[in-house]
Amino acid sequence: MENGTDRSAASVRAAEIGVAAVILLFGLVVVFDSYRLGAKWGDDGPQPGYFPLYVGLLIAASSIVILVRALQSSALAGESFVSREELKKILTVLVPTVVYVSLIVYLGFYLTSTLYIAYFMWQLGKYSWIKTVPVSVGVSVAFFLIFEVWFQVPLPKGPLEAALGLN
Amino acid sequence: MEEINALLGGFAVALSPLNLLLMFVGVILGIIIGVLPGLGGANGVAILLPLTFSMAQQPGGTTSAIILLSCIYWGALFGGAITSVLFNIPGEPWSVATTFDGHPLAQKGRAGAALTAAFTSSFVGALIAVIMITFLSPVVAGFALKFGPPEFFAVYLLTFCAFVGMSGGNAAKTVASMMIGFALAAVGLDSVTGTLRLTFGFTSLLKGFDFLIAVIGLFGIGEILETLEEGLAFKGASAKINMKVVLETWKELPKYWATSLRSAAVGCFMGIVPGGATPASFMSYGLARRLSPDGKDFGSGKVEGVVAPETAAHAAGTSALLPMITLGVPGSPTAAVLLGGLLIWGLQPGPLLFVEKPDFVWGLIASMYLGNIAGLIVVLTCVPLFAAILRIPFSIIAPVIIVICAIGAYTVHNSMFDVYLMVIFGLIGYAFKKLGYPLAPMVLALVLGDRAEENFRNAIKGSQGDLGVFFSNGLVGGLTGVALFLLFWPLIRTMLAGLKGNRAG
Repeated sequence: MENGTDRSAASVRAAEIGVAAVILLFGLVVVFDSYRLGAKWGDDGPQPGYFPLYVGLLIAASSIVILVRALQSSALAGESFVSREELKKILTVLVPTVVYVSLIVYLGFYLTSTLYIAYFMWQLGKYSWIKTVPVSVGVSVAFFLIFEVWFQVPLPKGPLEAALGLN
Repeated sequence: MEEINALLGGFAVALSPLNLLLMFVGVILGIIIGVLPGLGGANGVAILLPLTFSMAQQPGGTTSAIILLSCIYWGALFGGAITSVLFNIPGEPWSVATTFDGHPLAQKGRAGAALTAAFTSSFVGALIAVIMITFLSPVVAGFALKFGPPEFFAVYLLTFCAFVGMSGGNAAKTVASMMIGFALAAVGLDSVTGTLRLTFGFTSLLKGFDFLIAVIGLFGIGEILETLEEGLAFKGASAKINMKVVLETWKELPKYWATSLRSAAVGCFMGIVPGGATPASFMSYGLARRLSPDGKDFGSGKVEGVVAPETAAHAAGTSALLPMITLGVPGSPTAAVLLGGLLIWGLQPGPLLFVEKPDFVWGLIASMYLGNIAGLIVVLTCVPLFAAILRIPFSIIAPVIIVICAIGAYTVHNSMFDVYLMVIFGLIGYAFKKLGYPLAPMVLALVLGDRAEENFRNAIKGSQGDLGVFFSNGLVGGLTGVALFLLFWPLIRTMLAGLKGNRAG
């Protein structure tokens, strides 16, 4: 699997340990908060933390089992969880997606979606503008018709819709 | 026959022009969802659920809404077979076993035969499961009317223990995933005491986590990320299907009646037990290979090898709705989303539904018969169209799917925070899938968390904190006992294997 051009960015073992550690932390947070709320038997029945306490303890216990197993296993260290090439591909999708969802508040759903689809087609699909523009605009117009007109589900709008008087 | 009368009443409801139209719309949408990467039964239904909110408020609207959504589910089940046979890409986990013989058949130029066999056996599996639901669900519901909180909690316990015992994978990961679901379900306002739990002062967490957001993120965004690294080129066999091929295949199919019946039985049983369709399809493929006279040729393109997993998967997918409508316990993630829909529309799933809303229940059951007929007609006539969807380049389809997911997440509560959460759940879904954490237990725990906790609290409140209440009578004791047996089944099995090994040695 591993060669000069496509080296592993993280081993399965490292990923297992990392994820299990995060889960363990989450479990401890649940346990901690349950104690804060009271996890004992109250005057009129179980206190609010009674049930979540056990949930938190089970999360912590299972993550420790996973963690110990991953630490003991040397075979997993050789396996690649994600190669550099794969990681790059994922980031080329993930970063624009994060930008996309954070811009919706400012620019509205339809404009951001058009830009997002156009970016994908231009950057990943290597399409020319002649194809990119009609497809990205067309998809957004179709969404507008389906959601705003047909199902009457309003989505967030921005300056463009205000300028067009579509609010 | 009381059931027959009730069913006929249901047909009268389901056969209204509007409901028939919704049935076809649902099936077509479902097939598209099943064919597209990143969209499957569970998140497809989750995305479309908010669109039914206004529909459900009209008189009789909840029945129309459930018909639409359940038909999307049938469509998605059919759609998974198309990608498995033509592209060797299982659209859904339960279609994996269909690729073993379906794709070799397509490569030999018999794609039409493979698809016809897959669709027809899906239909047969679903039909057998619906017949079972028709006659069994009133019995189960009647039985469950006697349930109190301890019994209901024991049923939930059984559901979750079955996951641990039957998952076959890493039990610690199943438990972790499930308990994370429970913890997330507990976030927000505690309905019993009015205390805020696990919010840490963040006002956006007051409402808690909506499972629809989790489903859209985990299954939608997570799967897109996973598909992405596997490479973007879909190379598919061409899909030609005409009446001649269909009729020829239909002539061949009756030969496999034994496989069909066996697979349907496996599917019906596995569908009721959560864990569901995926193991059912593998199990019946394995059984067919062992029991068929041509068993050794399986994997090289045998029609029987398509019949077995498809019948079982569809039977399991359908019978997963039996515990959903009778007990309020969904047998699969998609059934969990449907159950969530019922709750949002203001219906209480469970045994009382049969008494209070017979129109709804029997309309749904009747639509299962009709929806599967509609599905069979649509897939047999329109396969090339649906296959063409997969030829749309990934660089167009991927952003469009992510936009659809974002719209779906936003419309649940008209909240942007949910869209951010969806992206986070997407990353969790990606990491969990790659490391072999099962996602279904988390979704089921998110949906059932509050109800499970409520019943647990009420049960031990009644007994003043004595956990012995879960063994206090034969019924609840039996349920708890089976649950514990399933929970420790992996251990018991290892011990049994060890005993056998000792004797042999």
